[in-house]
Amino acid sequence: MPLLHLLQQEYGHINEESVNWVAEKLDIEPINVLELVTFYPGFRQTAPGKYHIRVCRTLSCAMAGCYETMEKFCEVAGIDRSNVSHHNPIAVSEDGKFSIEFAECLASCGTGPVCLIGDEFHESVKADNVAEIIGKYD
Amino acid sequence: MEAPKYIKGKEPHKSEYRMIFRNVDRRGWDASIKSYIADGGYRDLKKALKMKPQEVTDEVKTSGLRGRGGAGFPTGVKWGFIPPNNKKPVYLICNADESEPGTFKDRYIVHQDPHQLIEGMLISCYAVGAKVAYIYIREEFPEGAKILEGAIEEARKKNLLGKKILGGKFNCEIYVHRGAGAYICGEETGLIESLEGKRPYPRIKPPYFPAALGLYMCPTIVNNVESLCHVKHIIAMGGREYAKIGTPRNTGTRILCVSGDVIRPGYFEVEVGKITMGELINDVCGGLRKGRKLKGVIPGGSSAKVLRAGEKYTIGTGESERTIGINEIPMDFDTLAACGSMAGSGGVIVMDDSRDMTWILNNINTFYAHESCGQCTPCREGSLWMKKITDRMVSGAGVPSDLKTLTSVGDNIAGRTICAFGEACAWPTQSFVAKFPEDFKKHTSRRNAGKELNPESKAAAAGLKR
Repeated sequence: MPLLHLLQQEYGHINEESVNWVAEKLDIEPINVLELVTFYPGFRQTAPGKYHIRVCRTLSCAMAGCYETMEKFCEVAGIDRSNVSHHNPIAVSEDGKFSIEFAECLASCGTGPVCLIGDEFHESVKADNVAEIIGKYD
Repeated sequence: MEAPKYIKGKEPHKSEYRMIFRNVDRRGWDASIKSYIADGGYRDLKKALKMKPQEVTDEVKTSGLRGRGGAGFPTGVKWGFIPPNNKKPVYLICNADESEPGTFKDRYIVHQDPHQLIEGMLISCYAVGAKVAYIYIREEFPEGAKILEGAIEEARKKNLLGKKILGGKFNCEIYVHRGAGAYICGEETGLIESLEGKRPYPRIKPPYFPAALGLYMCPTIVNNVESLCHVKHIIAMGGREYAKIGTPRNTGTRILCVSGDVIRPGYFEVEVGKITMGELINDVCGGLRKGRKLKGVIPGGSSAKVLRAGEKYTIGTGESERTIGINEIPMDFDTLAACGSMAGSGGVIVMDDSRDMTWILNNINTFYAHESCGQCTPCREGSLWMKKITDRMVSGAGVPSDLKTLTSVGDNIAGRTICAFGEACAWPTQSFVAKFPEDFKKHTSRRNAGKELNPESKAAAAGLKR
């Protein structure tokens, strides 16, 4: 798993080539690597945008309005989430700059709604301040 | 030690007892080893290293410390499960996977006071005889993982970690291992599988405790971040003194994380059992929004059974038996269990009368359907089934038989799975449906068919001004 994290950090996601490379390095079958990539939501199988946004979807954030936050993010960043499904959770903006997905509980329920953009954490992201936050990423 | 001063606006509430969170939001404090040592840090490690390992374990047993991760199992007893004639290496794992919805305490320990955790871990390693320890931190804390790695480097430079710690005979290494966003990794055997580089499918019990067979089939102790930090304080003040904090059988302090419909949500470290639900919500958290009434509370993370406002609970036995309301429940392990729920991980989610319980349950069900690892059929199929039912209720397509189906699916998961996830995903459904039937019937009556009964969620969220 540490190897997969490094690969994802470098390439943004983990593709078949990466899976095969890891399997070869560790002398295990590719399926033993692929089964991890498909299981853990933290490993992405499709390429995200330059900035990947993860909005917390779980109860406390939902009660504080994370669905509205999500809508606003999509509106401001120009992302269409209509094709999103369980197996394809990530939606990317047309210009490839932003991508977005819902995440399950980011463990900061007291300051919801919260989101991660890349490795940066943002608290109390109401729909009203989405545009300002997006503006910081260029 | 002088009493710490806190950042303006983030001062602890007067009914708090700050021990673990002593340095959280402290003015002039940073996560460096310099701050920590200047404040008397690592003194307790030196003290522990002068004791025998068994004496350290005994102190923890005397203290009555109960695990802060969810199950509330006595930490000292857990340590005692390592086979006495063990010849294999022993591992200690710090569970920093903090993923129970409603819980956000470990985040602050890891980010603001990493050395407290490292000191607690080193003392615990010494007690159980572990030379290698892992911190399994969730992937969603990238910053936290970096801070921990930095802190470990700092400690190594000061010979607090590595070979011959502080010139003695004790060797210990700590490694940070990042998870990849799976809730099930909080289950200790699932976590171990994940650490071994596999899918985190929880292991079949028995053995009931990884202290017998754990990581790489060796004795392994898995403890929560907060529990390991408590160990440091137990050594500092002695088990007997520590046991005086809190209430008998529910000793020490614990961090309660409050979120949802309260004016001031946040983290509050209190003596276990010394504060009631009512004081917590109305006094510490500033009460509900104006004009709103309490509807229900989830007292220990989203998998704990919901408590409904107005319910009465009978607690105690014999002469001490009494009936209390939701506001009088002391926040400890045993009373919450007697009230039919649990103290769990300390995540309190408060819901007022603007909330529609079907919508709330649907959110919880979506979480569990997403996070079920898929190993056992009842949970894999059941969690998704329950989600589908509440999904269609919320969208206006509920049918009258839905309530019965929901309960029956829930009843058929709990107790029929390898790990406690089965209970965790069934309990919300079982308790919400049983306690708030009127909310669910609204969604299943034929009169409302096709109508999307939009709860006041949007308006409610907009009104949550902080």
